[in-house]
Amino acid sequence: MDLNSIYTELIMEHSQHSHNHHHLDCPSHSMRGHNPSCGDDITLELKVVEGIIEDASFTGLGCAISKASTSMMIDLIKGKSVEEALELVSVFIGMIKREITDEAELEVLEDALALQNISNMPARVKCAVLAWHTLKQSLEEKE
Amino acid sequence: MDGRSITEIRKDFPSLTLSANGKPLVYLDNAATTQKPFRVIASLKDYYERSNANPHRGAHYLSIMATEAYESSREVVRAFINAWSSREIIFTRNATESLNLLAHSYGMTNIKEGDEIVISILEHHSNLIPWQQLAKAKKAQLKYLYVDSEGQVKDEEIYTKITDKTKLVSITHISNALGTVTPVKRIIDFAHEKGAVVIVDGSQSVPHIKLDVKALDADFLVFSGHKMLGPMGIGVLYGKEKLLEAMPPFLFGGDMIEYVHEQETTFAELPFKLEAGTQNVEGALGLKEAILYLEKLGMDRIEAMEKELTAYAFERLSELPIIELYGPRDLSKRSSVISFNVKDVHPHDTASIMDAYGVAIRAGHHCAQPLMRYMNLNATARASFYFYNTKDEIDIFIDSLKNVRKWLGYGS
Ligand SMILES: Cc1ncc(COP(=O)(O)O)c(C=O)c1O
Ligand SMILES: [Zn+2]
Repeated sequence: MDLNSIYTELIMEHSQHSHNHHHLDCPSHSMRGHNPSCGDDITLELKVVEGIIEDASFTGLGCAISKASTSMMIDLIKGKSVEEALELVSVFIGMIKREITDEAELEVLEDALALQNISNMPARVKCAVLAWHTLKQSLEEKE
Repeated sequence: MDGRSITEIRKDFPSLTLSANGKPLVYLDNAATTQKPFRVIASLKDYYERSNANPHRGAHYLSIMATEAYESSREVVRAFINAWSSREIIFTRNATESLNLLAHSYGMTNIKEGDEIVISILEHHSNLIPWQQLAKAKKAQLKYLYVDSEGQVKDEEIYTKITDKTKLVSITHISNALGTVTPVKRIIDFAHEKGAVVIVDGSQSVPHIKLDVKALDADFLVFSGHKMLGPMGIGVLYGKEKLLEAMPPFLFGGDMIEYVHEQETTFAELPFKLEAGTQNVEGALGLKEAILYLEKLGMDRIEAMEKELTAYAFERLSELPIIELYGPRDLSKRSSVISFNVKDVHPHDTASIMDAYGVAIRAGHHCAQPLMRYMNLNATARASFYFYNTKDEIDIFIDSLKNVRKWLGYGS
């Protein structure tokens, strides 16, 4: 395993000083996601107005992978519709499960594409997908 | 005692020569499970090649061989912990099953509404949930012995929490999360004064130190074979004969009966009464070989080797300002388990980065969530040694640790 392909600068940037790590003023959605086995514990907040995710943020504790993944996801979904966000979740999960490998298809993930190599680290897959599962759960619960 | 050098000893373990991620494997996850010597591995193959049959059931040659393999293993376990009789040695799958057996069989019959069960906050979930669920089922009260900031059970906790209402105390001898050695003898003596029965979770002590159930006067002792060079899937429950005798069977079926009628059954005597169905004979045999290996090396030598390793690792870790150490500072009060964190780094990242250097450590809550919450820790990294580890390996461990923060973008 090559650490350079996992702990990239982009991932460090998102995990250490994420501009998305804060509370929202009046979130319409708030959902906790946690991996009991390792202690990743994040709460995702969303402000959805008329089917559009106007704002999103997160709080909580976690490893670098889970925090970077959460922050990248938030950048990606801001301004998107709920349907678009759910579609991005399935592309991301597909990438991690190696069900989607076509680079062109994965481009929609933008920065989150940097997490592709996590699929080589089975022990850390849960960390990478935590935020995405939490987002899906949060959006579907409120529907 | 075996006078061989560590280099010779390591040659007994095929997996210690493995590479991990292109680096020589440094296996420091021994509290989770240990590697196995040739002798244990060979015994499993040998059993299936030469002695395999269903023990206790047939009058034929192979069945007698299998019975002898299984029962001689029981005797080796008895001698190892110095029990009075091999009737007191029950084979289970692991420490977890031994504890569940006790909760169901001993607990369900002896614990009544209003009784108190005392455990410590150090317990592994295996020695916590069975008692929590029993207490709920019986409307009994589950009480905890709390620890100080270094994870030591406080004396006043022992003398105030264990009372005349206490029927059962179940206590770990050594914490798998912090490495604390508990004052188990003091707890047993005081609990006995109050008329309570004491279970000792020896999962982290039996593999590392000489344990004598007579000297300790433990009523029950549980441990797992896989943490002491043996195969997975074999564990032990020791119990004083008088107590085991009075316990109802835990599982029903073949091998544990005397006479079965349409509406009634009489049960076999100890230890068979508590071992239903075809047992893990290969596992028992592997555990026997593991114990013979440990005894040949000598438990005193093992303890001394690990003390030296732990002291060395502790000293080197203490020199690193980036490391936060948990558990006792006094080395005489800790075992070969060291829990720590690298400053600003989540232990999961630490473990992944160490893995890239070939160093196997554990990260997380170590199956002790109430303890972590009590100590205000989210998760920790844990290195745990066995006698086959070396100072050179600890040097690799330390050098790799020094690199962790760099990978996460910190200057040093
Ligand atoms: C103190 C302690 N108790 C119980 C157990 C459970 O052991 P097993 O999973 O082999 O049943 C462990 C294993 O980690 C342990 O460390
Ligand atoms: Zn994680």
